[in-house]
Amino acid sequence: MKKSALVLLVLLAAAIVGPWISSHGYAATNFNLQLQAPTLAGMHWFGTDELGRDVFVRTMLGIRMTLLVAIVASLVSLVIGVTYGAIAGYVGGRVDALMMRFVDTLYAMPFIFFVILLMVAFEQNFLLIFVAIGAINWLDMARIVRGQTISLKEREFVEAARLTGVSTARIITRHIAPNVLGIVVVYITLTIPQAILVESFLSFLGLGIQAPKTSLGSLVNDGVNYMESASWLLLIPATLLATMLMSFNFLGDALRDYFDARRAR
Amino acid sequence: MLRYTLLRLAGAIPTLLLVIALAFLMVHAAPGGPFSNERAASPEVLENLEKHYRLDEPLPQQFVHYLGNVIRGDFGPSYRYVDYTVSELIAIGFPLSLQLGALAMMLALLVGVSAGTAAALRQDSLLDRALMSFAMTGISIPVFVVAPVLVLLLSVKLQWLPAGWSGSNGAAKFILPVVTLALPQIAYVARLTRASVIDVLSRDFVRTARAQGLATKTLVRVHVLRPAMLPVLSYLGPAIAAILTGSVVVEEVFGIPGLGQFFVRGALNRDYTLVLGIVILYASLVIAMNLLVDILYGVLDPRVRQR
Repeated sequence: MKKSALVLLVLLAAAIVGPWISSHGYAATNFNLQLQAPTLAGMHWFGTDELGRDVFVRTMLGIRMTLLVAIVASLVSLVIGVTYGAIAGYVGGRVDALMMRFVDTLYAMPFIFFVILLMVAFEQNFLLIFVAIGAINWLDMARIVRGQTISLKEREFVEAARLTGVSTARIITRHIAPNVLGIVVVYITLTIPQAILVESFLSFLGLGIQAPKTSLGSLVNDGVNYMESASWLLLIPATLLATMLMSFNFLGDALRDYFDARRAR
Repeated sequence: MLRYTLLRLAGAIPTLLLVIALAFLMVHAAPGGPFSNERAASPEVLENLEKHYRLDEPLPQQFVHYLGNVIRGDFGPSYRYVDYTVSELIAIGFPLSLQLGALAMMLALLVGVSAGTAAALRQDSLLDRALMSFAMTGISIPVFVVAPVLVLLLSVKLQWLPAGWSGSNGAAKFILPVVTLALPQIAYVARLTRASVIDVLSRDFVRTARAQGLATKTLVRVHVLRPAMLPVLSYLGPAIAAILTGSVVVEEVFGIPGLGQFFVRGALNRDYTLVLGIVILYASLVIAMNLLVDILYGVLDPRVRQR
């Protein structure tokens, strides 16, 4: 768990300061230096791509973009999931049954294809990527929050708020939501790798982040075209993406076990 | 049992309708029509095109019409592949994708269940730990990373297997795509099987069978595997969805002319009807698989039917 957290911190640091370390621009092309292997000379530590762009800067920006999309998308899923789950759990009765039936129905759908459909319909809109990926992952969140809310709403402080005439909307936002945040934060760690997968899948197919901007998924896609002559273009982003996903999964698993053990006590 | 089956079937139909409605709305809410990025056509031509494809009618009417056609298996004409209907394109691409998917699924079940059972029987041994770290790796690394890396290693560097689809024939060209597609599913199935077998092994009836002197082999085959397979069975629905998603990537990387490739091309070319048709087909497959799993569950576990 500590190792995973450490790896993620390094990746986060790379995403923040990485692009500044190198003197090259991420979109600057140099047609005298196409597909150059990684070298210390000329500061192209990860080599150059087919347009002579510096791969180090592009990789760092790719990490940044991948993390950014994943985190923002997870926040979107957090907002939707917490709101939905808290309302269903707090209102209860027939509304709850109907809302949860809807969630069950959505579970049976291959969401990724709907995201692609959205991408086709609305062009590759940058903001849409965040929202669409966030909209996939809120189902688990809604279920967890609903369960928590049902046990919270019988507690004295919620009852006291209700008796003093606080409105339902205010009770949910001010009293229920803050109290479910702990468990929600743990599940976010498991939502982030899923969001990364979806984003890089879309970018790999050319439907996600558009050039000259880049993400780890689109870097892998670029690398595939030149893997026979310039394998580093594929191997560097592929390794980083795999490392990132594994670290999130290990960390999320460990955190969940830790919190579950604590709650079981 | 019949009542249970019918109830499940009745539950799947609204889901399917919801899927079709959602997909239809998404495509039609898009800014700009399917012909808006064509070279400037005269208004008369556009009007005729819209009339031809019934785009001038009100949306609910279009939807009812589309739904009626879909039920008859007609997804309309493709907007980009001129002279082809979407159904014809599906008929061209689907058999190959189905073959790939079915092979990957069989491989995943065979290897996953064997590995999971072996790991569970020697819990905490070196074999168990090796298999489980392998499984965690398989789950974490996406198909579109595994596929090109395997091609680079096995086809380009070592030249053991053909890299592309066209130009090579025989069974060898199936090996890499199927293995790549199956890998993450092998990992999931192995993890599920292991947890489930360990759980069943701790039950009383297993202890009794052991006390009666049953050999481990017979015990596992006769008493353990059947109840242990229930969680694996319920994973089949998500597995189908994952294999469909994965096949899009695998077909793209290996250049296999299947449905996944049509889907990606259609998405990049903004071929609305083609993408809409394939999404509906994929969703129906997933829903049908979930339905089948529900019914099989009812067959295998009578308690489920009572609820």
